[in-house]
Amino acid sequence: METKKTREGRGVSEVSDERREVRPETGGAAPGGGSTLGMKIENLAAFYGSFRAVTDISMDIQANKVTALIGPSGCGKSTFIRCLNRMHEVIPGARAEGKVALGEQDIYAKNSDPVVIRRRVGMVFQKPNPFSKSIYDNVAWGAKINGFRGNVDELVERSLRQAALWDEVKDRLKESGFGLSGGQQQRLCIARTLAVEPEVILMDEPASALDPVSTQKIEDTMSELKKSYTVVIVTHNMQQAARISDYTGFFYIENMGDPGHLWEFDETEKIFSNPDRKETEDYVTGRFG
Amino acid sequence: MAVETQGARSREGDWHRNSRARQARERIIKFLLTACAYVSIFTTIGIVVVLFEETLRFFLDVSIVEFLTTTRWAPQQGDFGVLPLVYGTLMATFIAIAVALPVGLLTAIYLSEYAPKRLRRWLKPALEILAGVPTVVYGYFALTFITPFFRDSVLPGIGSFNALAAGLIMGVMIIPTVASVSEDAIYAVPRSLREGAYALGATKRETATKIVVPAALSGIVAAVILGISRAIGETMIVTIAMGSQPNFGGSPTESMQAMTAYIVQVVGGETPRGSITFESIFAVGSALFLMTLALNLASYWFVRRFREIY
Repeated sequence: METKKTREGRGVSEVSDERREVRPETGGAAPGGGSTLGMKIENLAAFYGSFRAVTDISMDIQANKVTALIGPSGCGKSTFIRCLNRMHEVIPGARAEGKVALGEQDIYAKNSDPVVIRRRVGMVFQKPNPFSKSIYDNVAWGAKINGFRGNVDELVERSLRQAALWDEVKDRLKESGFGLSGGQQQRLCIARTLAVEPEVILMDEPASALDPVSTQKIEDTMSELKKSYTVVIVTHNMQQAARISDYTGFFYIENMGDPGHLWEFDETEKIFSNPDRKETEDYVTGRFG
Repeated sequence: MAVETQGARSREGDWHRNSRARQARERIIKFLLTACAYVSIFTTIGIVVVLFEETLRFFLDVSIVEFLTTTRWAPQQGDFGVLPLVYGTLMATFIAIAVALPVGLLTAIYLSEYAPKRLRRWLKPALEILAGVPTVVYGYFALTFITPFFRDSVLPGIGSFNALAAGLIMGVMIIPTVASVSEDAIYAVPRSLREGAYALGATKRETATKIVVPAALSGIVAAVILGISRAIGETMIVTIAMGSQPNFGGSPTESMQAMTAYIVQVVGGETPRGSITFESIFAVGSALFLMTLALNLASYWFVRRFREIY
């Protein structure tokens, strides 16, 4: 047990060293044209048992940009996004094939540790899922288990501020996270994700269970987040995709029971104004789905 | 217009539901169901009334202060300090929980978080079979196997009857209760909470021990209190393996008498009904009842107070 822990600990610190070298470059290149690569996905397929849920997905996710994934229900957007931090395989019988590069690391390589990957690629879920801990501990826990040695109070405050929640909870940090409203809980989950300082943040319909005001707050947070993080978001709300994203991927299934495909992937403006494929146009103009 | 057409199409003569007979049937069913529900309530009330009535009669002869505070229990000499019996009961219970809590909880965590689905499917029922072993068998197992085993190995001075063997085997007896009920609570923690932890880079162990178990805490506490209640009320094991020597402050290797064991001794012996010794079993029974009642109330309060709503 002990040796395993040290090994993990070292793995994490290696990661942060690597990031310390990489980050400034990314930061330098991103404002220019956004040509830096956040993640590179090649021929990804995901399975539930023997059922192929999505297939043949290749896409480049740009660093410090928001990439939105849209498409009708059941076409594999959520399945796909869960493959990007190896959360898909948590479901019994589920597995993925293909290559997903995060920096130099292929996250599906033999030597890659899902625990380390998930720390580098954070995730916010559809339904807010705060832990049964205080607001403070909800944010601090992830950092603690990842061996954070710095000032935890500062980290908690910074993360809550980034998630636009600090002002609402600063006087009740010791209270349970369950006492918050749905929108606040979701921002708490975002803060919790930010507190482990990931490189990429995946969001699986983060606002679908929230009212318009909370949704607005989450969207504001996102435009703030892309300054320092690469964001991938699944959404059913096309206006939302158009408002917040730089790139948009359209997922589609031709025939019921087939695996989902990435039908079209381009800059958001192009997808919404002049897409190459007819199905994309039909979907974004609201003709189906 | 449309309604009229509909009405005209269905002919009156085709429909024969007798609404008066139906209402009578409904009333009878409701009466039967209510009666069944009240059977258990009235039985409980009846038992409590009889118990307290006899207890009251006992306390006309013996002061309640003496009963609750003195430390010598010798009915033949007229000494009625209940503490030695309470001590025996609590000693056995404490040893039992010291076994059942860690083993039961770890079993529950294993079954819910680590065991492959197929293994869980037969391991959980197998565990519950352990709860079906008659307690008299456990008692003889403690007396004829556990105690001699201790005497031949680490504790040569251990008595033939002792709290240690009785408590240990009682712990084994309540492991299924603790494991099964806490496993239900742990298994009920939603997957989304586990995924939230994994997504932060938590390992399986960190997720299980620091996120899932705390979220299931109220259920786990309820499981442990249920186990304690069973241990306190358990009769055969302590009667057979722990002995009939009231013993206040003794070591676990000595013989001592539990409250339940004393009741068995008096009821099964030659004590004449109506004598003060015979009445004392009602006082001991009342004390036992109040102890488990307090535990159940504590459990009820705890579950309501700390239940997480997902």
